[in-house]
Amino acid sequence: MSTHTHDHDHDHDHTTFQPDIKDPSQEWEFLEIALRELLIEKQILSAREIADEMEAWERKSPEAGARVVARAWCDDGFRQRLLADANSAVAELGVEIESVELIAVENTADLHHMVVCTLCSCYPRGLLGVPPLWYKSFEYRSRAVREPRAVLAEFGTELADSVEVRVLDSTADCRHLVIPARPAGTEGLSEDALAALVGRDSLIGTALARAPHGEA
Amino acid sequence: MSRFAVGQRVRVAEAQPPGHVRTPQFLRGRDGVVLRHFGAFPNPERLAYGMDGRPALDLYQVLFTMDEVWAGEGAYAPRDTVTADIYESWLEAI
Amino acid sequence: MTTNRAISDLGGLPAGPIDTHEHEATLVERRIDAMMMLLRAKPRAFWVTDENRRTIESLTPEFYEGSAYYERWVTAMRALLIEKGVLDEAEIEAKLAEVRARYAAGGAA
Repeated sequence: MSTHTHDHDHDHDHTTFQPDIKDPSQEWEFLEIALRELLIEKQILSAREIADEMEAWERKSPEAGARVVARAWCDDGFRQRLLADANSAVAELGVEIESVELIAVENTADLHHMVVCTLCSCYPRGLLGVPPLWYKSFEYRSRAVREPRAVLAEFGTELADSVEVRVLDSTADCRHLVIPARPAGTEGLSEDALAALVGRDSLIGTALARAPHGEA
Repeated sequence: MSRFAVGQRVRVAEAQPPGHVRTPQFLRGRDGVVLRHFGAFPNPERLAYGMDGRPALDLYQVLFTMDEVWAGEGAYAPRDTVTADIYESWLEAI
Repeated sequence: MTTNRAISDLGGLPAGPIDTHEHEATLVERRIDAMMMLLRAKPRAFWVTDENRRTIESLTPEFYEGSAYYERWVTAMRALLIEKGVLDEAEIEAKLAEVRARYAAGGAA
């Protein structure tokens, strides 16, 4: 909080925002500033709350999803609870998912899941953070359900024709989490070391979990 | 009791109502199989207009073969599939 | 049968290659996201996700296709704040004029 004094006679929140890296140039950037200032002046939102919410965004990351997957790989009881009731299972690891139904699906040697939202940009933010720009792009949303093999190839992911690629379109109240297949050669690894193999894209299904260090 | 059972074959309505709906065009009129019943959820077609979403609707994950949806016009392998989460009001038994 | 395809209903439409580059969200984008979450969440809950979607689907196709993701969000936020009576059109326009003038005069004062 700033410590300088103001001579305003009203009691709005004086939390200051860092200046923009560049001045707004587009109409919608001005609109953001205008709506925010009005909402704060009218005490509908406070600057403090907005700043806290922005911090909360930064704390959410795919690392939470990776921890969930690593636990599922190591603990079969947890894996089964995750597949049966993902909201409760991830809560065991301290991740609270509110207001949406989290559904975990498992990739195997014969079945590969890949998630999209063709209608908007539904994504398990509580577990994976804010979606990457490509997930929200018109190109991914248009093509994933019709050209999944071509889309996967653009992510460098090639799967044999014997594997069923199952594209999950998030059209409703459920958010889908992919549990990637556990890579070969990871038998002795700790849960932390396993989590490091689970990248964001493998939790969406456009990539596989990484091979352990030293493996091709 | 839910109207559809897991494994049951269903058809997505080929309706074209105005307003906010959550059934994508590419699946309308297509046949699939119920993969999962998620339970009942508020009706988004009512929630979208400030109503309370009642009565709640059963929501199903329905599995379609890519061939059923695209008839060969896509980049997929013969075994590939697509699912969507569809409210009961859009489904009929076949 | 004629279809009634929403502008946001993209599944299966032809489209070009996917730009898989990572994007660092800008300050403006993060603030829009934060405000949207706060306005939609309890205790305020001015609107629900489906109202948000309906508002975005009501944009013109030209705007939908030509706009940035958070540009659509902030435009929907404006429309919903007015629809729900939280702010009114005139005060938004007056504030926008003030903000534009402030930046034209040399940055954030």
